[in-house]
Parts: sequence; structure tokens; C-alpha cells
Amino acid sequence: MQLQTVNPPRCAPASESYLTVAGLAKHFAAHGRAAIEQVSFAVGRGDFLSIIGPSGCGKSTLLHILAGLSAPSGGTVRLQGVPVIAPRREMVYVFQQYTKSIFPWKTVLENVLLGVKYRSAAPRRDLVQRCHEQLALVGLGPYANYYPYQLSGGMQQRVAIARALVCRPDLLLMDEPFSALDAMTRAELQDLLLRLWQEFGLTILFVTHDLDEALYLAQRVLLLSASPGRVGDTLAVPLAYPRNQVRTRSDPTYLALRERLYRFMVEQAVAGRGKGS
Amino acid sequence: MIRRVGGWLHRSRFVGLALIGLLLCLWEYSARYVVVAATWPPVTRVVLTWMANVTDGTLPGHLLATFWRQLLGYGIAVILGIGLGLVMGYYRFFYNLFEPLVEVLRPIPGPAYLPVLVLFVGIGNEMKVILVLIASFFPVLLNTYAGVRGVDVIQLDTARTFGLTTLQTFRELILPAASPQILTGMRISLAISLILAILGEMIASNDGLGYFTLLAQRTFKLPEMYAGLFTLALFGYLMNRVFLLGEARLVRWHRETTGRT
Repeated sequence: MQLQTVNPPRCAPASESYLTVAGLAKHFAAHGRAAIEQVSFAVGRGDFLSIIGPSGCGKSTLLHILAGLSAPSGGTVRLQGVPVIAPRREMVYVFQQYTKSIFPWKTVLENVLLGVKYRSAAPRRDLVQRCHEQLALVGLGPYANYYPYQLSGGMQQRVAIARALVCRPDLLLMDEPFSALDAMTRAELQDLLLRLWQEFGLTILFVTHDLDEALYLAQRVLLLSASPGRVGDTLAVPLAYPRNQVRTRSDPTYLALRERLYRFMVEQAVAGRGKGS
Repeated sequence: MIRRVGGWLHRSRFVGLALIGLLLCLWEYSARYVVVAATWPPVTRVVLTWMANVTDGTLPGHLLATFWRQLLGYGIAVILGIGLGLVMGYYRFFYNLFEPLVEVLRPIPGPAYLPVLVLFVGIGNEMKVILVLIASFFPVLLNTYAGVRGVDVIQLDTARTFGLTTLQTFRELILPAASPQILTGMRISLAISLILAILGEMIASNDGLGYFTLLAQRTFKLPEMYAGLFTLALFGYLMNRVFLLGEARLVRWHRETTGRT
């Protein structure tokens, strides 16, 4: 199995956006309040976009709608021009709660196999082989026959990443995937993710509440304002890849951006409280 | 030294067995020297009677008769209970449709169906099997739909993000996720099924352990009566043991994940 190292040519020209979000809104039936309102942005193919905002600004709601897991109250999501109304095979959602998202009754290999066995007509032996390769790629080669309860949190989230990538998606939607992990494990997984992003030519939307993580990973950071979430600002992150946990984080550009992000977050937190929400 | 022995007694499971032994000794002693009556034969005589009835095939025959009635009724109940439970747990409509009915029927004690059953299917094997079936059905049903309704929404979203169809979702997610609770229901029903099988045999039958025990009492063969009880205790214990072994294998992940022992 050869791994794709460059984006294959696509029918959509480079100038046209890969994922387009227009006027997205979500109101909850229970209390009629808006979780997000008038969210519009576009993502190019192969982009790494972080979405950040104060807690309760509807980040996860937004990602859920993008994934086709829930329907918006208004607005549209288009992936390569086609509206997203249900989960699509070219994208995979990676959950924060890996302890639930990884099925505890399946071994690591069976979990990864779930990501591909209903999406490929290839013989099972080939699929198993592909899963093994994928596991090796996330550093879990020797753990194929382990059960999730025998693994640490970081390893479990690696399983989730392997499972997400084994069906060769173009787009990963990641909902605070590393927020439950300790600092060192998180740094390791951030670097792993960046490596995989470049190796597979993925497009990644990465929701986080950690502004360092948002800056370290992404080419662009989308800032959502306090509830209801709107696009407050977008920030380009002109830092070269491959990034380095020590050097990148002490780069003057990084520090300046971090300060801007931090100010925004504090303003939003204050504004959010002012609205009494 | 005393503290060490005390500590061992405190932890060991031996004390439980010792209590059974002590009670059997008390039985033997009381039957020989305190309550000397035909209704209270010494336990050694009961054991000898039991062994004689086992070796001549009487007890195994009756046990087999009870066992197949119980197993048939229980097996059908498990299949129906899991089937309907999965549907009720997954589809809101079917839950709303059946749940009130279940809540109304469930409190009726199993034996209360007996007079009705005798009217409709007579006093043959059908009656006993259906009696077992009805009583075993509800614990399986209730635990199955509770288990299915308890499946985490993140797990369901995971199945959706990988594009699993409804049938694939049942196979890969819902059935395994609900299996610890389904097995709990099955274990409760297993005990109930034996109760109802014995009851049915006591009402009307010409074989089975219920019949054997009651007949022994009526014909004043009291060691036989106690031997019948012995057989039931042993059988019930073994059945539960085998079930627990199977359960532990099937849902080992659950015990390990939740840290329950």
C-alpha cells in the first residue's frame, strides 16, 4: 500500500474553496437560544484550520454540523460544492471522548478495521494489512491485539486517529481531540498529527480551547466570539513547517500572535459574562 | 499466631463452606437425637437415598424432563426478549408503542398466568413451557431495551461518521454495548425459569423434579423429597456457575473497562 504524499489533482480548481460555510446558524429547540449565528468561512484543500473560542461559544456544535451529524437551523455547508446533509465518506470526525469513541469490546485492530471494512470492497486480508500499516504509522504497531483498557489515554487517541485515517479521508474534523491528555502526550500527538497532515495531504479543521495548540498546529486560526458564536476574526499563522515544540513556541511571530489571541479570548470572556449567558 | 489464623479466617472463602458443613452436622445431630420424626430424616439417609436415586436413573430422568422444559421456555424468551428489546430500545416509536403495555403486564406474577394457560393449552408440556417463557421474558426485555437506550450518543455518532448502516450499527455497536445489561437480564431470567418450571410440574405433570418432590411428599417418601431439593440446589448452583463463566468470557472488556470485579 503506497501512501499518498502529494494531493492528487482534483476537479475543483485551486482558487475555488474546498469547504464553504455560509450563514450557518443553530438554534436549540429546548430554549430557542442560538448556539452559533451567521458563521461563514471557507477552507482550501489541504489547509489546516484551527477553530478557537471561549467555552460555550458553539465550537463543537459547529463541527457537528460540518460533519453532517446534526442539521443547521439555517445556512449551508458545501464540500466541493455539494451540500453536506449527512456524514460523507471523504470526511471523518474525531471525538474528544476517545474512551467512548473507541469501542471497548474491540481490540485495537478491530477498532481500526471498523473505519474501513464497510467502505472498501477489498478482501479482508488486504484491509487487515492496511490497518496494521496505519497502526505502525501512529506508533501502535505492537499493540494491534490489545484492548483499549490496556492502553493509556494518548494511545487510545492514537487508535482513534488510525481509525480515522485508514479509510483515506480528505477531511478530518477534530473536536478537542487532545484536551484530555497530559502536556507531554499532547505535544507528541500534535507533532504526529502535523506529520500525518503533510504525509496524507489532509485538510484538517481542529477545534480547541487551547490557544497555544491552535497556533502551533494551524495555518489559520478562526476565532469564534462568545455565545452565540460568530466569526470574530481570522488570523493567519505565517510560521514555517515543520514546526518545533520549542523553537516555534518561542518565535517572536508566534508570541505576538499569541498575545493577540489571548486579548481576544479575554475580551470575549468578559463580553460573554456581560450578556449574562 | 492467633491473629494470623484470625486474619486467614477473615479473608478466606472457607468460612462459607464451613457454615454449610456445620448446618449439615446440626441437621444430622438434631434428626438423630432431638427431633426424631419421619418428617426430619438424618441427612446421611437423605444422601444415601439421593445416591440410590441418581444411580438407578430416577433423578437424572426427572432432572432432564425439568431441564428441557425450562431451557425451551427460557430460550424462546431470550430470543423474543432480545429481539423486541433491541427494536424498542432503538426506535422511539416502538418504545412508545409497547412500553405502557409492558409496564401493565410486567407486575403480574408469572404463576398468575397458570389458570388462563390451563384453559387455553391444557395441562401438558405446552403449559409449562409457556409459563416459563412468560416469566423469563420480561427481565430480558427490560434489560435489553434499557441497555440499548443507554448506548452513548458519542458511540452512535462514531458509527454515523463511519457511515454504518442501521444493521451494521446493531452488529458493531448496539448489541455489544448492551450485552452486559442483556446478560444481567438473562441471568435473572434463568433463576426465574427454574422456579416456574418446578411450579408447573407441581401443578400437573408426571415427570420432572417438581413432580418428583411433590409426589415424594404425598406418598410420605420423605428422604426422596429432600433428595429432590438437594438435586435442585445442585442443579441451580451449577447452572448459575456455568452462566457466570460464559458471561465473564463474553463481557470481559466491560469488567476491565469499568473496573468492576
